[in-house]
Amino acid sequence: MKHSKLIAAALAAVGAMSGSTAFAGADLDAIKARGNLICGVNTGLAGFSIPDSQGEWTGLDVDVCRAVAAAIFGDANAVSFVPLSAQQRFTALQSGEVDILSRNTTWTLTRDVSLGIVFTGVTYYDGQGFMVPAELGVSSARELDGATVCVQSGTTTELNLADWFRGQGMTFEPVVIESFDESKTAFFNGRCDVYTTDASGLASIRAIDAPNPDDYVILPELISKEPLGPAVRQGDPQFFNIVKWVVFALIEAEEYGVTSQNVDEMKGSDNPNIQRLLGTAPGMGELLGLPDDWAARAIAAVGNYGEIFDRNVGPGTPLNLQRGLNALWKDGGIMYAPPIR
Amino acid sequence: MTDVTRPGRPAAGSLLYNRTARAIVYQVVLIATVIAVGWWLVDNTLTNLRQQDIATGFGFLTNRQAGFAISESVIPYNETDTYLRAFIVGLLNTIKVALLGIVLATLLGTVIGIARLSPNWLLRKLSTAYIETIRNIPVLLQLIFWYTILTETLPRPQQALQAFDSVFLSNRGLFLPAPVDALGWWLALLGLLLSIPAVIWFRRVARAHQDRTGEAWPTGLISVGIVVGLGVLGWLAGGAPAAFTSPELQGFNFRGGARVSPEFLALLIGLTLYTAAFIAEIVRSGILAVSHGQTEAAMALGFGRGLTLRLIILPQALRVIVPPMTSQYLNLTKNSSLAIAIGYPDLVSTMNTSLNQTGQAIECIAIAMSVYLAVSLGISLFMNWYNARIALRER
Ligand SMILES: N[C@@H](CCC(=O)N[C@@H](CS)C(=O)NCC(=O)O)C(=O)O
Repeated sequence: MKHSKLIAAALAAVGAMSGSTAFAGADLDAIKARGNLICGVNTGLAGFSIPDSQGEWTGLDVDVCRAVAAAIFGDANAVSFVPLSAQQRFTALQSGEVDILSRNTTWTLTRDVSLGIVFTGVTYYDGQGFMVPAELGVSSARELDGATVCVQSGTTTELNLADWFRGQGMTFEPVVIESFDESKTAFFNGRCDVYTTDASGLASIRAIDAPNPDDYVILPELISKEPLGPAVRQGDPQFFNIVKWVVFALIEAEEYGVTSQNVDEMKGSDNPNIQRLLGTAPGMGELLGLPDDWAARAIAAVGNYGEIFDRNVGPGTPLNLQRGLNALWKDGGIMYAPPIR
Repeated sequence: MTDVTRPGRPAAGSLLYNRTARAIVYQVVLIATVIAVGWWLVDNTLTNLRQQDIATGFGFLTNRQAGFAISESVIPYNETDTYLRAFIVGLLNTIKVALLGIVLATLLGTVIGIARLSPNWLLRKLSTAYIETIRNIPVLLQLIFWYTILTETLPRPQQALQAFDSVFLSNRGLFLPAPVDALGWWLALLGLLLSIPAVIWFRRVARAHQDRTGEAWPTGLISVGIVVGLGVLGWLAGGAPAAFTSPELQGFNFRGGARVSPEFLALLIGLTLYTAAFIAEIVRSGILAVSHGQTEAAMALGFGRGLTLRLIILPQALRVIVPPMTSQYLNLTKNSSLAIAIGYPDLVSTMNTSLNQTGQAIECIAIAMSVYLAVSLGISLFMNWYNARIALRER
């Protein structure tokens, strides 16, 4: 547990010391040759990536990987999942242990520019929030002066926290723990007054990990922007493009009403946008180096973005999250995909 | 070996068969290989990192704000300070827990080691049970155990356990009254520091006096007197400050006073108990190594049990004890890096956070490794010096 990260880092170091570098297309070639996609996911965050009772990985981040696998191989199960802690994730991607990181990871300048990785887009627009025991009677984050806050190390959360309290002229005592489980335990044991992470993460922890969800409240304030999305290694623009456009295709599918149920009928649609999306009007797949039905395969496998959202985190799931910012641009949100043409 | 010069061989050939010459050549080749491999690794690493567009270099240490908060620090620190300062904060926290742990583990270990040889059956069995249990459970589990005990069983600050109106124990830590910063306290500290050479000097004088006259002064009592006296003197000289701040419950937590965090407590307890078990065994074997004849001789001369132990056995046992003790001290220091599991901000924990925020894994790990190496070498050097000092001197 504690050493695993050091080991991952050391491995990355060794990899960096002896390995050779990728050339354009190398990652995609390796993935195709291997016959499956290796996807780095969360160790267990319900709604985003968690194994179900049959040991099948489920969640929004998981579905993104399945969609990419379906686009490349025509098989949404051609993925193996590697659970990664907050600490391990970047070294795992850098060292080639995983092909793609789809693990509630915030897109920031430092990460995009200095880690040798690139973010491909946003799959969930989030913000950092606070969760407190209901018995504290706190109703706003502004009342948290002097509070003890549990936070997991190696996250953007840790940085925003310091920024925000300083900005508010308030003090706090951080309890920074490396392991996700230990940090949750410390909070539920009462070591901290507050647990902080992405609001979606809080909803998940409250619904699934809390001994009794009603004993905890999530405060209304969001203190940061946390655009969460997949990332890949730099150096293979073709694979980067595939991941980027598969996500766009899922969003576009929702926009045009293409679902996992109706994707086959929709192939007969005379809307040119839908024809290009589903490959009835050929050409798009070829540009990506994929068959023309790449997007149709992804949609058939996991559904459009709206379906993925509703199935994993939406109202009706334990997380019960509203679409909010993640609604399509035409429905008042900011989910917007550039045109597929 | 003698130089073998065989007849019929050219003179230069003899160098080939010269042992010293060959040894030198081997060493040169070895060093050259090590350097070449090292250079190749470093060069390859840098090239690969550059090709993968991963940032390198140590610039971030001084020109980027760390941005993360650290819960406890010996020196002032806030998140706008540099990564370098964050590392130093972590290092000082490591040193703090290691030093205290070494002192406490030595005291506890010695007591238990002696108890293991006690004629008292119960004491002997209890200490054996302690050693066997503690030594055989991984220290990481013990740390998590203590941390869980502290955070789970202690009440929230609102229901804190309380002693003397101003000492509070809760799952936020132990809060104590603390003196308000004033000159007198610093002078008292200075007095205490000065009392160390003073006591050493006094002991020498007392020894010389005893050698000369055979009269033994009550050195223990007088030493304590010197320490207390110089401390009090400093305090008086600084105007005898008497102001204390007491912790007070305000909102979520206590404010004012001094605080010992549960993370620190758990780490200190865990490391001390664990290492003490090993030290106890070392002390026991050290004592057993002193021949029983020494005890008998001492008894025959009319020494009591305590005096025999203190004046005859322990000084001789120390020679056997010190070298393995050094490695226990090193172990304790290195084990303190397990702090990361329970959220104590030691060197590894701050290094780890920095590593994750900057992505500069190689640099951060290199720093942490060099620092541990330096700290460990420091402890070794000190212990070797001490060992040489107490070593048996043939007269
Ligand atoms: N979005 C933030 C936080 C992501 C994050 O790692 N959150 C934690 C708390 S919800 C987590 O998922 N931990 C799981 C683990 O490390 O196993 C980031 O990218 O830094």
